[in-house]
Amino acid sequence: MRSGVIAKKMGMTRLFMEDGKQIPVTVLALDGLQVVAQRTADLDGYTAVQLGAGSAKAKRTSQAMRGHFAKANVAPKRKVAEFRVSAENLIEVGSEISAEHFLEGQMVDVSGTSIGKGFQGAMKRWNFSGLRASHGVSISHRSHGSTGQCQDPGKVFKGKKMAGHMGAAKVTTQNLEVVRTDADRGLIMVKGAVPGSKGGWVTIKDAMKKKLPDGVPFPAAIKSAAAPAEAPVADAPAEGGEA
Amino acid sequence: MNLIAQLEAEQIAALGKDIPDFKAGDTVRVGFKVTEGTRSRVQNYEGVCVARNNGVGIAGSFTVRKISFGEGVERVFPLHSTNIDSITVVRRGRVRRAKLYYLRDRRGKSARIAEQTNYKPKS
Repeated sequence: MRSGVIAKKMGMTRLFMEDGKQIPVTVLALDGLQVVAQRTADLDGYTAVQLGAGSAKAKRTSQAMRGHFAKANVAPKRKVAEFRVSAENLIEVGSEISAEHFLEGQMVDVSGTSIGKGFQGAMKRWNFSGLRASHGVSISHRSHGSTGQCQDPGKVFKGKKMAGHMGAAKVTTQNLEVVRTDADRGLIMVKGAVPGSKGGWVTIKDAMKKKLPDGVPFPAAIKSAAAPAEAPVADAPAEGGEA
Repeated sequence: MNLIAQLEAEQIAALGKDIPDFKAGDTVRVGFKVTEGTRSRVQNYEGVCVARNNGVGIAGSFTVRKISFGEGVERVFPLHSTNIDSITVVRRGRVRRAKLYYLRDRRGKSARIAEQTNYKPKS
């Protein structure tokens, strides 16, 4: 199991392919995506990487988080999220992940916070059909109707679908195809829509229900992979700072 | 320019389509690439442009109406589609609407569009 990424939803557009097909795509941008911390089995009881994305003002970051970022030797991040990984796929703290982490044609699962709809009736929230327009129905055309049985059980069962708050919840869209990646600008284009509004943060992971294609980078596509000789040297002072 | 607008502008430039200046009321001939099995050829579709939708950006499209074997046919083309080989303006029409949907209810003489004689191309 390898790490996912945190991305920002930029908006949607379309791509014209050579064969005349048009593909609706959502543009997701990686913005300074770095590993902030590691969770290891002996210290935390599980293995994961904590990633941070975006940039936050240092003075608006809490003292505790400032210390946390300083320990990893990274600039304060706007959004922090953890991804469970297997022990061999742990990524060095401070390394930056590039958009080539996902291959074109690969399937991914994208999670985000859906757009809030406020308090909504049962028709919009659960696709109930409502009551009839005529035949004696009075005032309650959009109501949910009956919520249960009779004296036995004499209560409304828990979890009954009713009116209430809709949206602003974590939603995952599974099996979206990665159509194009742009490593220079850190863009990932996935086919179709993604939960949340423009400018919202989403997490992208390898599709749970699809086989991982050959050639995906393990443990992740690191940005400074072009200069591997330099990387250990750069890591050494960071580790010294931690101690 | 925001990122999406920039990406769309780049894609339009990369597609390199030569789109003539035309509007609703003009008669246009669209060369549309048709693939039959393995062979590909260009099929012409000529008619009156009854609507231009969603501007000149990547999402832009136009509707062409023609009478085919006595039956009105409307076809929507994406402006930047890779399937479009060419767009040529056959005749400039003088109309006072942006959308000529009223042509759907008309036949023959009343469905004619006067020619614009003083057309000046935008510099």
